[in-house]
Amino acid sequence: MTAPFPTRKQEEWRYADLDALQPVWEQFAEPLTLTVGPGESFEEVWLPSADDVQVRRMQIALEAGAKARLFVLNTAPVYGRIELEISLAQGADFELTAANIGTGLSTNEIVTTVRHTGENGRSRQTVRSVLNGKATGSYVGKVEVARGAQKTDAEQSVKAMLLDRGATANCKPELEIFADDVKCAHGASVGELDAMQLFYAESRGLDPASARALLLEGFVMGLWESAKDADAIGDAAREALRRVV
Amino acid sequence: MLRIDDLHATVAGKPILNGVSLDVPAGEVHAIMGPNGSGKSTLAYVLAGRPGYEVSEGGATFEGHDLLAMEPHQRAAAGLFLGFQYPVEIPGVSYLQFLRESLNAQRRARGEAELSGAEFIKLARKQAGLLGMDTEMLKRPVNVGFSGGEKKRAEMVQMGIIAPKFAVLDETDSGLDIDALRIVGEGINRIMRGPGKGVLLITHYERLLEHVRPDRVHVLQAGRITRSGDIELARDLEREGYAEAAA
Repeated sequence: MTAPFPTRKQEEWRYADLDALQPVWEQFAEPLTLTVGPGESFEEVWLPSADDVQVRRMQIALEAGAKARLFVLNTAPVYGRIELEISLAQGADFELTAANIGTGLSTNEIVTTVRHTGENGRSRQTVRSVLNGKATGSYVGKVEVARGAQKTDAEQSVKAMLLDRGATANCKPELEIFADDVKCAHGASVGELDAMQLFYAESRGLDPASARALLLEGFVMGLWESAKDADAIGDAAREALRRVV
Repeated sequence: MLRIDDLHATVAGKPILNGVSLDVPAGEVHAIMGPNGSGKSTLAYVLAGRPGYEVSEGGATFEGHDLLAMEPHQRAAAGLFLGFQYPVEIPGVSYLQFLRESLNAQRRARGEAELSGAEFIKLARKQAGLLGMDTEMLKRPVNVGFSGGEKKRAEMVQMGIIAPKFAVLDETDSGLDIDALRIVGEGINRIMRGPGKGVLLITHYERLLEHVRPDRVHVLQAGRITRSGDIELARDLEREGYAEAAA
């Protein structure tokens, strides 16, 4: 049985490109599942493919003291969706570092639910979007802290850079907290390239396109520094940035 | 070398420069002093081509070419350097990458060969060393977390690496302690003194001028040059203030 096709009334599908999803839905209807055992670690780098529609849905259960780190570059030509459902048992640690780089009419989104079910869990989500043309980049991220999950430490940092007037960024961090001794931080900003930074770079000899490319690299490239396969995702991100400058 | 002729400029529709004329021949250092709001920084930005600084009348040529017709990066490639009063922070971009790409962009524009990574590092290390800056700092993002004095020193390291023909230095001395002031002054002399080079040095204080010794000193007031002289003029101003000295 294939899961029912989503509708935009569902919060987690609110910004999705359902027309693009429809023809390929069957293939993605069931999320992948993964359990990371007590004290174990998992790390993956998700690079984009050449497909028009790229969807990755994954559920990860982190058992006590388990660790997961995901580095994601979401830059589909038509519709890209990264959907994660993470649960953290006691002392588990989750890090998501991701970028939406979109051009033309594309929609790229990152949708997460992070459930802290045990004490002393830590989660970090960092998402940067760079969008030109009429592209849309979204982050919809829910952090749930269960009643017993004291000392949870959760952070969401979301920033978007709009290069054209027609581009759209959606940032929607959401917190649902049922414990009273937790630290949950979130920050979101949407902006454009700084005129003074551009002038500074141009005054040193960079033409306007190179100056923009350099500033965007600064905005995005720092994300991958701690990844094991930093070069692969760094190169792919640089190539994606070249398409949006 | 740099010739400014009856230059009028506005910022956000407000006239700031009201007819500046100035001629800096090759091989000379000229200082511009003046009270707050007299248009010193506006002049620097107009020469470098900052967007929003509109020239309404007059002009400026650099080595005979119409400076104002060039884009900011073309002015840089032609040999003009602006030392910023408030150097700009660029998070995520290391100083080394920033300067290497800038320098090579200039070299490409002039039809010169680009520097390799190794050649560039050698140059950067040498120039940083000459200005007493730890090369490790150049691995950090551009000006991020630098103190005011470190930023100004880094501007001079940039000038050393880029080796321009002409430098417009906008209050490079502000925020520097006495030792740093001496080092920066020596840096200006070392990098910018010579045939075929020139400097327009914008400052509030006479102290830097004791290190750099300008050939001419000009006073900018209300968007116009009101007086010109030698270093004695700067000393008079230091003693008496602008109101007295201009009278």
